[in-house]
Amino acid sequence: MQIHISPHDGVPIYQQVVNQIKYLVASGRLAAGEELPAIRVLAEQLLVNPNTVARAYRELETAGIVEKRRTAGTYVSDQGSPLARRERVKILTGRIDALLAEARHMDVALEEIVKLVQQRHAAMQSTRNEE
Amino acid sequence: MHEPFSSAAPPIVEIRRVTRQFGNKTALDDLSLTVPRGGVFGLIGGNGAGKTTLIKHVLGMLKAQSGSVQVFGLDPVQNPVGTLGRIGYLSEDRDLPNWMRVCELMRYTQAFFPNWDEAYAEELREAFDLDGNARIKNLSRGQRARAGLLVALAHRPELLVLDEPSSGLDPVVRRDILGAIIRTIADEGRTVLFSSHLLDEVERVADRVAIIHQGRILLTAPMDEIKDTHRRMTLRFGQPLDRPPSLVGTLSFEGQGVEWSYICNGESGQLRRAAEAIGATVVGDTALTLDEIFVSRILS
Repeated sequence: MQIHISPHDGVPIYQQVVNQIKYLVASGRLAAGEELPAIRVLAEQLLVNPNTVARAYRELETAGIVEKRRTAGTYVSDQGSPLARRERVKILTGRIDALLAEARHMDVALEEIVKLVQQRHAAMQSTRNEE
Repeated sequence: MHEPFSSAAPPIVEIRRVTRQFGNKTALDDLSLTVPRGGVFGLIGGNGAGKTTLIKHVLGMLKAQSGSVQVFGLDPVQNPVGTLGRIGYLSEDRDLPNWMRVCELMRYTQAFFPNWDEAYAEELREAFDLDGNARIKNLSRGQRARAGLLVALAHRPELLVLDEPSSGLDPVVRRDILGAIIRTIADEGRTVLFSSHLLDEVERVADRVAIIHQGRILLTAPMDEIKDTHRRMTLRFGQPLDRPPSLVGTLSFEGQGVEWSYICNGESGQLRRAAEAIGATVVGDTALTLDEIFVSRILS
């Protein structure tokens, strides 16, 4: 699991861990059922306080991204769970807001954006079918 | 993971109203500080702020001229055996006996500590790539720091005290030191007290921070709280201003014309409401690094 901590941008370190694990899960690089490193192991790897990693794991658990199992390990949740879905909607909402703001600055109408999204989707589908 | 600062546990270090003069210079000025058990406590301050003097009081190397110092509930000056035996210490100048070989330093230090863990000491020696037969005086700066760290850690102290452990070291040795801090507190109940001016390192490993300036504690709080309650707010005003109106909790500001950026002590929501109240539009609201918080605290 590749996580990079940058102490120079002010974002709290636990938040950086949360954001990057969410991204790894959303992009499929961490699959459902996969086990996350133990708190202590990740803390030593990232050179951060173990309590910071523990806090990140707690936040991820609350958001439904990961779950604790009886054997004390932390695993990536099945993404079909309602909490995980809500989290994905939240991530997408942020991206859409940014897209809409940019489109407005460029004076592009909503219908045009929707058309563009559909075009891109079709383009992706066709490349996927070729594979 | 355990909660590091439960209020029920007695503090590891309790400093009450200590003043220390060197000639007519005041090094510590009526300073009080509590270091709770468990976790990493970062002491940050500029050169001459009083960090080393404070640490020397914790170790019983200096006697409080007024006020009191307690470590594990004991006075370290009156009871050095009961305190020093439970502390691992790495000084800034890493004053090790130059004429000894590394293996001799290990045997020599072992004699002072009944809890010395020989297997762990050997493990550290190998991990740090230290040659047992090398003379201390021939070690590089980094190897010298590692040797100092080895003898500070090998008796598995309840309290590890590091005075500017990273100063003048390359990134590889600094990683070893941060790793040692993390492993120390991952063992439940242990405490690390370290001073540093490398604030990105403090931000990585400290649970709790105290800012010391001119012999006084300016601020002491959990790291999370410090990060949550300091923001950079960038505001736009209706017309250009020569000097922006004051905002609640402002530590410093900069900018020109209609756009001004404030460094504030307060939570995001509260600061946004205050900004609206003075007729400004919030165009930026970001977290700060510990470095930025430190500088604005020292200068304000």
